[in-house]
Amino acid sequence: MTYKFDFASVLAQWPLFLHGAWLTIKLSLAATLLGLLIGTLCAIGRGSRNAFVARACATYVEAIRNTPLLVQIFLVYFGLASVGLKVPAFVAAVLAMVINVGAYTTEIMRAGIESIHRSQIEAAECLALSRAQVYWHVILRPAMERVYPALTSQFVLLMLATSITSQISAEELTAIANRVQSDTFRSFETYAVVAVFYLLLSLMMRGLFWAAGQALFTRRRKLGTPL
Amino acid sequence: MSVSFNANHLQFLLQGAGWTLMLSLIAFVGGGLVGFVVALCRISPLKPLRWVSMGYVQLVQGTPLLILMFLAYFGLSILGLTLPAIVAAGLSMTIYVSAYIGEIWRGCIQAVPRTQWEAAECLALSRVQRMALVVLPQALRIATPPTVGFMVQIVKNTSLASVVGFIELARAGQVVNNSIFEPFLVYMLVAGLYFLLCFPLSWWSRKLERRLMVVAPRLETA
Repeated sequence: MTYKFDFASVLAQWPLFLHGAWLTIKLSLAATLLGLLIGTLCAIGRGSRNAFVARACATYVEAIRNTPLLVQIFLVYFGLASVGLKVPAFVAAVLAMVINVGAYTTEIMRAGIESIHRSQIEAAECLALSRAQVYWHVILRPAMERVYPALTSQFVLLMLATSITSQISAEELTAIANRVQSDTFRSFETYAVVAVFYLLLSLMMRGLFWAAGQALFTRRRKLGTPL
Repeated sequence: MSVSFNANHLQFLLQGAGWTLMLSLIAFVGGGLVGFVVALCRISPLKPLRWVSMGYVQLVQGTPLLILMFLAYFGLSILGLTLPAIVAAGLSMTIYVSAYIGEIWRGCIQAVPRTQWEAAECLALSRVQRMALVVLPQALRIATPPTVGFMVQIVKNTSLASVVGFIELARAGQVVNNSIFEPFLVYMLVAGLYFLLCFPLSWWSRKLERRLMVVAPRLETA
């Protein structure tokens, strides 16, 4: 093999990479928070007594989970542009990611909500808690505690999936990589460096989620034991 | 002159869907074979083997599939190999699938009750016999619903092969859209075709899950 690896010329672009990584973090954060909100609302909606609301939420989940993110991103970006709503790539990227991750979060939150025993809710009703109070104190928080590991893994996967938004040239890490490799002609080195960036980002996220879990859920309990 | 959507475009999209299925099949078979080895290594009594396989899984699961695609496509071409897109796509999908499905199967093997392993040991079966005759047949039952569920991920993720120029369904959609510029119509059709491929799998997986009453939140990508 005659190829000589040249990481130096790629690593010289480190400010660009850092900038891309920062945008990836921003994109993931926005999508995580909004996705969690939508997912929680839809999970509640799926259990609603109103048949229309329940059906609509279920349809949303099925439609999103059975189509690829790439196509959803194209639909949002080019679709909105074709009806005259020209949004910047970054906004379209956030929008598509939120719509996408909302569906997965719905399913996870639903599993959590369904794991709360009926008697807990009845007990709360006996204490004359309002519906909102029941949801917040008795259903959502313990449910969140239960599915926390699944939820955090989903959000790490979401961070990795933001790379797909490079296809509409939202300027995140992968888009930066595409730019650097066409400037330096060092494709392999560039993508290897970016892979390391993503690895570090996912390790960082796991660490943060672990620390947040320790702070949020102070009751020490083995997973899988009854609440 | 503007051209509107016609039967030729539809045929092109359907052809793309065919290639999507083809690539999914390659990814499932290749990823399944490697993933099986990964699963066995992860529970091997040999420590180095466990460590290496864990490193592999962490490495692949911490890297976006898109980057794996680029690495396979450009990385192998610097070795002097000019790869057809399907080989690069098939290779990166195989690597990707093997890490995830390996972990799923490891979980399923470990879900076989401990007493079954012990009973097999008492019968003086060798490790290979214990695996092949006692544990794996039971793990197979547990593994079916999550495996079918994961196939949906495989089909959806093949859409990323479009970035290395492989003309599957998503890329076919791009090509058609570039010529007639009707993004809503074209991508809705593409999404609809993906839905037709994926929904039966989702539905089947749920049915299998109910039958086995395995209740656990499933993780999915993209």
